[in-house]
Amino acid sequence: MSVLQILQYPDERLKQVADEVTLFDDPLRAFIHDLEATMRAGPGGVGIAAPQVGRSERIAIVDVSAKKKIKQHGRMVLINPEIIAWQGSVVGREGCLSVPDYTGNVVRAETITITAQDEFGEQQRFEVEGYEARAVQHEMDHLDGVLFLDRLVSRRSDLFKRKVYQ
Amino acid sequence: MDKWYMVVVVGPDRPGIVAKVTAALFDGGCNLGEASMTRLGGNFTMMLMVQSEGRERAVKAMLAPVVDSLGLHLHIDSIKGELHHHVEPDVRITLFGEDRSGIVAHATAALAEVGLHILSLESDVAGSEDQPIYVLHIEGAAREGVPALESALEIIASEGIETRLMPIDTLIG
Repeated sequence: MSVLQILQYPDERLKQVADEVTLFDDPLRAFIHDLEATMRAGPGGVGIAAPQVGRSERIAIVDVSAKKKIKQHGRMVLINPEIIAWQGSVVGREGCLSVPDYTGNVVRAETITITAQDEFGEQQRFEVEGYEARAVQHEMDHLDGVLFLDRLVSRRSDLFKRKVYQ
Repeated sequence: MDKWYMVVVVGPDRPGIVAKVTAALFDGGCNLGEASMTRLGGNFTMMLMVQSEGRERAVKAMLAPVVDSLGLHLHIDSIKGELHHHVEPDVRITLFGEDRSGIVAHATAALAEVGLHILSLESDVAGSEDQPIYVLHIEGAAREGVPALESALEIIASEGIETRLMPIDTLIG
Protein backbone atom coordinates (compact mmCIF):
# COMPACT_ATOMS: atom_id res chain seq x y z
CA MET A 1 0.00 0.00 0.00
CA SER A 2 1.34 3.41 -0.83
CA VAL A 3 0.22 6.98 -0.40
CA LEU A 4 -0.24 8.66 -3.75
CA GLN A 5 0.49 12.24 -4.61
CA ILE A 6 -2.59 14.48 -4.55
CA LEU A 7 -2.95 16.89 -7.43
CA GLN A 8 -3.66 20.46 -6.46
CA TYR A 9 -5.74 23.05 -8.25
CA PRO A 10 -5.05 24.53 -10.85
CA ASP A 11 -3.80 21.20 -12.22
CA GLU A 12 -5.75 20.70 -15.46
CA ARG A 13 -6.28 17.02 -14.74
CA LEU A 14 -8.73 17.95 -11.99
CA LYS A 15 -10.96 19.47 -14.67
CA GLN A 16 -11.33 16.35 -16.79
CA VAL A 17 -14.42 14.15 -16.99
CA ALA A 18 -13.29 10.72 -15.81
CA ASP A 19 -13.84 7.48 -17.73
CA GLU A 20 -16.11 4.67 -16.67
CA VAL A 21 -14.47 1.64 -15.05
CA THR A 22 -15.06 -1.56 -17.03
CA LEU A 23 -12.44 -3.94 -15.70
CA PHE A 24 -12.72 -5.06 -12.06
CA ASP A 25 -9.40 -6.80 -11.56
CA ASP A 26 -6.64 -7.04 -8.96
CA PRO A 27 -4.75 -3.97 -10.22
CA LEU A 28 -7.98 -1.96 -9.75
CA ARG A 29 -8.32 -3.24 -6.20
CA ALA A 30 -4.65 -2.48 -5.50
CA PHE A 31 -5.23 1.07 -6.72
CA ILE A 32 -8.27 1.41 -4.46
CA HIS A 33 -6.12 0.36 -1.49
CA ASP A 34 -3.63 3.08 -2.36
CA LEU A 35 -6.39 5.62 -2.89
CA GLU A 36 -7.83 4.83 0.52
CA ALA A 37 -4.39 5.06 2.15
CA THR A 38 -3.98 8.47 0.51
CA MET A 39 -7.35 9.64 1.88
CA ARG A 40 -6.44 8.49 5.39
CA ALA A 41 -2.94 9.98 5.28
CA GLY A 42 -4.23 13.56 5.35
CA PRO A 43 -5.85 14.95 8.48
CA GLY A 44 -9.62 14.96 8.38
CA GLY A 45 -10.15 13.62 4.87
CA VAL A 46 -13.53 11.89 4.61
CA GLY A 47 -13.45 11.17 0.90
CA ILE A 48 -11.27 11.02 -2.15
CA ALA A 49 -11.74 10.50 -5.86
CA ALA A 50 -9.38 8.89 -8.38
CA PRO A 51 -8.90 12.08 -10.46
CA GLN A 52 -7.36 13.72 -7.37
CA VAL A 53 -4.38 11.38 -7.73
CA GLY A 54 -4.25 11.74 -11.51
CA ARG A 55 -6.23 8.64 -12.48
CA SER A 56 -9.10 9.67 -14.71
CA GLU A 57 -11.55 6.92 -13.78
CA ARG A 58 -14.93 7.00 -12.06
CA ILE A 59 -13.77 5.77 -8.65
CA ALA A 60 -14.43 7.43 -5.29
CA ILE A 61 -14.13 6.44 -1.67
CA VAL A 62 -16.16 7.97 1.14
CA ASP A 63 -15.84 7.19 4.83
CA VAL A 64 -17.34 9.59 7.36
CA SER A 65 -17.27 7.10 10.23
CA ALA A 66 -14.83 9.31 12.14
CA LYS A 67 -17.75 11.69 12.70
CA LYS A 68 -19.75 10.58 15.68
CA LYS A 69 -23.51 10.51 15.98
CA ILE A 70 -24.43 10.82 12.32
CA LYS A 71 -26.18 8.42 9.98
CA GLN A 72 -23.55 6.80 7.80
CA HIS A 73 -22.52 3.68 5.93
CA GLY A 74 -18.87 3.46 6.97
CA ARG A 75 -16.38 2.85 4.19
CA MET A 76 -17.99 3.08 0.77
CA VAL A 77 -16.17 2.30 -2.45
CA LEU A 78 -18.14 3.95 -5.23
CA ILE A 79 -17.29 2.93 -8.77
CA ASN A 80 -19.28 4.37 -11.67
CA PRO A 81 -21.65 6.02 -9.18
CA GLU A 82 -24.92 7.61 -10.24
CA ILE A 83 -27.32 9.77 -8.27
CA ILE A 84 -30.76 8.42 -9.11
CA ALA A 85 -32.80 10.56 -6.72
CA TRP A 86 -32.23 13.56 -4.51
CA GLN A 87 -34.20 15.69 -2.10
CA GLY A 88 -33.79 18.96 -0.27
CA SER A 89 -30.86 21.32 -0.34
CA VAL A 90 -28.60 22.56 2.38
CA VAL A 91 -25.60 24.88 2.66
CA GLY A 92 -22.46 23.51 4.30
CA ARG A 93 -18.76 24.28 4.52
CA GLU A 94 -16.35 22.33 2.37
CA GLY A 95 -12.67 22.12 1.76
CA CYS A 96 -10.70 19.82 -0.49
CA LEU A 97 -7.45 17.86 -0.39
CA SER A 98 -6.77 19.39 -3.81
CA VAL A 99 -7.38 22.97 -2.62
CA PRO A 100 -5.29 23.53 0.53
CA ASP A 101 -6.00 26.35 2.99
CA TYR A 102 -9.40 27.35 1.69
CA THR A 103 -12.94 26.45 2.67
CA GLY A 104 -16.22 27.77 1.39
CA ASN A 105 -19.95 27.30 1.46
CA VAL A 106 -21.57 24.97 -1.03
CA VAL A 107 -25.21 23.98 -1.58
CA ARG A 108 -25.79 20.23 -1.78
CA ALA A 109 -28.78 17.92 -1.87
CA GLU A 110 -29.76 16.85 1.63
CA THR A 111 -30.57 13.25 0.84
CA ILE A 112 -29.59 11.24 -2.21
CA THR A 113 -30.08 7.76 -3.53
CA ILE A 114 -27.06 6.44 -5.36
CA THR A 115 -26.14 3.36 -7.28
CA ALA A 116 -22.54 2.33 -7.69
CA GLN A 117 -20.41 -0.72 -8.20
CA ASP A 118 -18.00 -1.96 -5.56
CA GLU A 119 -14.41 -3.06 -6.21
CA PHE A 120 -15.68 -6.43 -7.47
CA GLY A 121 -18.18 -4.90 -9.88
CA GLU A 122 -21.20 -5.69 -7.72
CA GLN A 123 -24.06 -3.20 -8.02
CA GLN A 124 -24.94 -1.46 -4.78
CA ARG A 125 -27.52 1.07 -3.79
CA PHE A 126 -27.28 3.53 -0.91
CA GLU A 127 -29.66 5.98 0.68
CA VAL A 128 -27.35 8.70 1.94
CA GLU A 129 -28.13 11.81 3.94
CA GLY A 130 -26.64 14.88 5.57
CA TYR A 131 -22.88 15.09 6.00
CA GLU A 132 -22.31 11.75 4.25
CA ALA A 133 -24.48 12.84 1.30
CA ARG A 134 -22.38 16.01 1.06
CA ALA A 135 -19.19 13.93 0.98
CA VAL A 136 -20.57 11.65 -1.75
CA GLN A 137 -21.61 14.62 -3.89
CA HIS A 138 -18.25 16.33 -3.38
CA GLU A 139 -16.39 13.19 -4.53
CA MET A 140 -18.76 12.51 -7.43
CA ASP A 141 -18.15 16.06 -8.64
CA HIS A 142 -14.45 15.19 -8.98
CA LEU A 143 -15.44 12.47 -11.47
CA ASP A 144 -16.98 15.18 -13.65
CA GLY A 145 -14.06 17.57 -13.31
CA VAL A 146 -15.97 19.82 -10.91
CA LEU A 147 -14.42 21.26 -7.75
CA PHE A 148 -16.20 22.82 -4.78
CA LEU A 149 -14.70 26.09 -6.02
CA ASP A 150 -17.08 25.81 -8.99
CA ARG A 151 -20.04 25.77 -6.61
CA LEU A 152 -19.14 28.39 -4.00
CA VAL A 153 -21.92 30.51 -2.63
CA SER A 154 -21.44 33.63 -0.52
CA ARG A 155 -20.08 33.24 2.95
CA ARG A 156 -22.46 35.94 3.99
CA SER A 157 -25.69 34.47 5.21
CA ASP A 158 -28.56 34.30 2.77
CA LEU A 159 -31.00 34.41 5.67
CA PHE A 160 -31.36 38.17 5.57
CA LYS A 161 -31.32 40.03 2.31
CA ARG A 162 -30.87 43.74 2.20
CA LYS A 163 -33.56 44.13 -0.41
CA VAL A 164 -36.61 46.25 0.40
CA TYR A 165 -39.86 44.43 -0.26
CA GLN A 166 -42.72 46.74 -1.20
CA MET B 1 8.84 41.88 -2.67
CA ASP B 2 8.98 40.83 0.93
CA LYS B 3 7.31 43.78 2.60
CA TRP B 4 3.62 43.66 3.39
CA TYR B 5 1.39 46.58 4.25
CA MET B 6 -2.20 46.82 5.40
CA VAL B 7 -3.80 49.50 3.31
CA VAL B 8 -7.06 50.91 4.64
CA VAL B 9 -9.16 53.11 2.38
CA VAL B 10 -12.44 54.64 3.52
CA GLY B 11 -14.69 57.20 1.94
CA PRO B 12 -18.05 58.07 0.44
CA ASP B 13 -19.18 55.20 -1.77
CA ARG B 14 -19.31 55.57 -5.54
CA PRO B 15 -18.77 53.19 -8.43
CA GLY B 16 -15.15 52.55 -9.47
CA ILE B 17 -13.29 52.89 -6.18
CA VAL B 18 -11.92 49.34 -6.17
CA ALA B 19 -10.82 49.49 -9.79
CA LYS B 20 -9.04 52.83 -9.38
CA VAL B 21 -7.31 52.03 -6.10
CA THR B 22 -6.12 48.59 -7.20
CA ALA B 23 -5.00 49.86 -10.61
CA ALA B 24 -2.82 52.47 -8.90
CA LEU B 25 -1.25 49.75 -6.76
CA PHE B 26 -0.72 47.46 -9.74
CA ASP B 27 0.82 50.25 -11.80
CA GLY B 28 3.12 50.94 -8.86
CA GLY B 29 4.39 47.36 -8.97
CA CYS B 30 2.46 46.05 -5.96
CA ASN B 31 0.90 42.66 -5.44
CA LEU B 32 -2.34 42.22 -3.50
CA GLY B 33 -2.94 39.66 -0.79
CA GLU B 34 -6.20 39.03 1.02
CA ALA B 35 -8.74 41.79 1.13
CA SER B 36 -12.00 42.70 2.75
CA MET B 37 -14.09 45.40 1.13
CA THR B 38 -17.62 46.37 1.90
CA ARG B 39 -20.11 49.19 1.94
CA LEU B 40 -20.94 50.27 5.49
CA GLY B 41 -23.79 52.74 5.44
CA GLY B 42 -22.93 55.12 2.63
CA ASN B 43 -19.19 54.57 3.03
CA PHE B 44 -17.01 52.24 1.09
CA THR B 45 -14.32 50.55 3.17
CA MET B 46 -11.34 48.59 1.93
CA MET B 47 -8.77 46.69 3.88
CA LEU B 48 -6.17 45.10 1.72
CA MET B 49 -2.89 43.36 2.09
CA VAL B 50 -0.39 44.93 -0.27
CA GLN B 51 3.04 43.54 -1.05
CA SER B 52 5.59 46.03 -2.30
CA GLU B 53 9.28 46.51 -2.70
CA GLY B 54 8.81 50.13 -1.76
CA ARG B 55 8.60 51.77 1.60
CA GLU B 56 5.37 52.85 3.25
CA ARG B 57 5.75 56.36 1.86
CA ALA B 58 6.17 55.03 -1.66
CA VAL B 59 2.88 53.13 -1.40
CA LYS B 60 1.25 56.23 0.00
CA ALA B 61 2.58 58.32 -2.89
CA MET B 62 1.29 55.94 -5.54
CA LEU B 63 -2.20 56.06 -3.99
CA ALA B 64 -2.30 59.79 -3.29
CA PRO B 65 -3.73 60.95 -6.66
CA VAL B 66 -6.58 58.39 -6.61
CA VAL B 67 -7.39 58.90 -2.97
CA ASP B 68 -7.45 62.69 -3.36
CA SER B 69 -9.59 62.63 -6.48
CA LEU B 70 -12.16 60.30 -4.87
CA GLY B 71 -12.18 62.04 -1.48
CA LEU B 72 -10.98 58.95 0.37
CA HIS B 73 -9.05 58.55 3.62
CA LEU B 74 -5.93 56.43 3.50
CA HIS B 75 -4.09 54.64 6.26
CA ILE B 76 -1.10 52.33 5.81
CA ASP B 77 0.63 50.06 8.32
CA SER B 78 3.55 47.71 7.94
CA ILE B 79 2.42 44.14 8.75
CA LYS B 80 3.52 40.52 8.62
CA GLY B 81 2.13 38.63 5.61
CA GLU B 82 1.37 35.27 7.20
CA LEU B 83 -0.61 33.91 4.28
CA HIS B 84 -1.55 30.22 3.99
CA HIS B 85 -2.41 29.91 7.67
CA HIS B 86 -6.18 30.26 7.68
CA VAL B 87 -7.83 29.44 10.98
CA GLU B 88 -11.01 27.53 10.26
CA PRO B 89 -14.19 28.56 12.03
CA ASP B 90 -16.18 25.79 13.68
CA VAL B 91 -19.24 27.82 14.57
CA ARG B 92 -21.48 30.43 13.06
CA ILE B 93 -23.60 32.65 15.25
CA THR B 94 -26.35 34.96 14.08
CA LEU B 95 -27.79 37.56 16.43
CA PHE B 96 -30.65 39.89 15.63
CA GLY B 97 -33.10 42.16 17.31
CA GLU B 98 -34.28 45.69 17.80
CA ASP B 99 -31.29 48.00 17.36
CA ARG B 100 -29.81 49.67 20.41
CA SER B 101 -26.42 50.61 21.75
CA GLY B 102 -24.33 47.88 23.35
CA ILE B 103 -25.43 44.80 21.39
CA VAL B 104 -21.98 44.05 19.98
CA ALA B 105 -20.12 44.90 23.18
CA HIS B 106 -22.35 42.77 25.40
CA ALA B 107 -22.64 39.85 23.02
CA THR B 108 -18.96 39.59 22.17
CA ALA B 109 -17.97 39.98 25.83
CA ALA B 110 -20.20 37.05 26.74
CA LEU B 111 -18.85 34.98 23.84
CA ALA B 112 -15.21 35.82 24.60
CA GLU B 113 -15.78 34.70 28.17
CA VAL B 114 -16.61 31.17 26.98
CA GLY B 115 -13.72 30.88 24.57
CA LEU B 116 -14.93 32.21 21.23
CA HIS B 117 -12.19 33.44 18.95
CA ILE B 118 -13.97 35.66 16.43
CA LEU B 119 -12.61 35.18 12.90
CA SER B 120 -15.17 37.28 11.10
CA LEU B 121 -17.97 39.58 12.08
CA GLU B 122 -20.38 41.38 9.81
CA SER B 123 -23.31 43.43 10.90
CA ASP B 124 -26.09 45.37 9.29
CA VAL B 125 -28.52 47.94 10.51
CA ALA B 126 -31.67 46.90 8.70
CA GLY B 127 -35.33 47.67 9.07
CA SER B 128 -36.62 51.20 8.71
CA GLU B 129 -35.28 54.46 10.09
CA ASP B 130 -37.90 54.62 12.82
CA GLN B 131 -37.65 50.90 13.61
CA PRO B 132 -34.09 49.80 12.98
CA ILE B 133 -33.03 46.24 13.62
CA TYR B 134 -29.51 44.96 14.09
CA VAL B 135 -28.30 41.77 12.41
CA LEU B 136 -24.93 40.32 13.32
CA HIS B 137 -23.14 37.36 11.79
CA ILE B 138 -20.13 35.95 13.56
CA GLU B 139 -17.90 33.09 12.54
CA GLY B 140 -15.36 31.86 15.00
CA ALA B 141 -13.34 29.12 16.57
CA ALA B 142 -14.86 27.82 19.79
CA ARG B 143 -11.71 27.16 21.78
CA GLU B 144 -13.63 25.67 24.69
CA GLY B 145 -16.03 23.76 22.45
CA VAL B 146 -19.29 24.72 20.81
CA PRO B 147 -21.52 23.59 23.75
CA ALA B 148 -19.68 26.06 26.01
CA LEU B 149 -21.08 28.88 23.88
CA GLU B 150 -24.66 28.07 24.84
CA SER B 151 -24.39 29.80 28.22
CA ALA B 152 -23.26 33.00 26.50
CA LEU B 153 -26.16 32.79 24.08
CA GLU B 154 -28.55 32.50 27.02
CA ILE B 155 -27.17 35.71 28.48
CA ILE B 156 -27.52 37.44 25.11
CA ALA B 157 -31.06 36.12 24.67
CA SER B 158 -32.02 37.36 28.14
CA GLU B 159 -31.22 40.86 26.89
CA GLY B 160 -33.83 40.52 24.16
CA ILE B 161 -31.57 39.57 21.26
CA GLU B 162 -32.45 36.49 19.24
CA THR B 163 -29.64 34.04 18.79
CA ARG B 164 -28.96 31.25 16.32
CA LEU B 165 -25.95 29.00 16.53
CA MET B 166 -24.87 26.65 13.78
CA PRO B 167 -21.83 24.43 14.12
CA ILE B 168 -19.65 24.50 11.02
CA ASP B 169 -18.57 20.96 10.33
CA THR B 170 -16.17 21.47 7.44
CA LEU B 171 -15.99 18.55 5.06
CA ILE B 172 -12.60 17.84 3.55
CA GLY B 173 -12.87 15.66 0.46
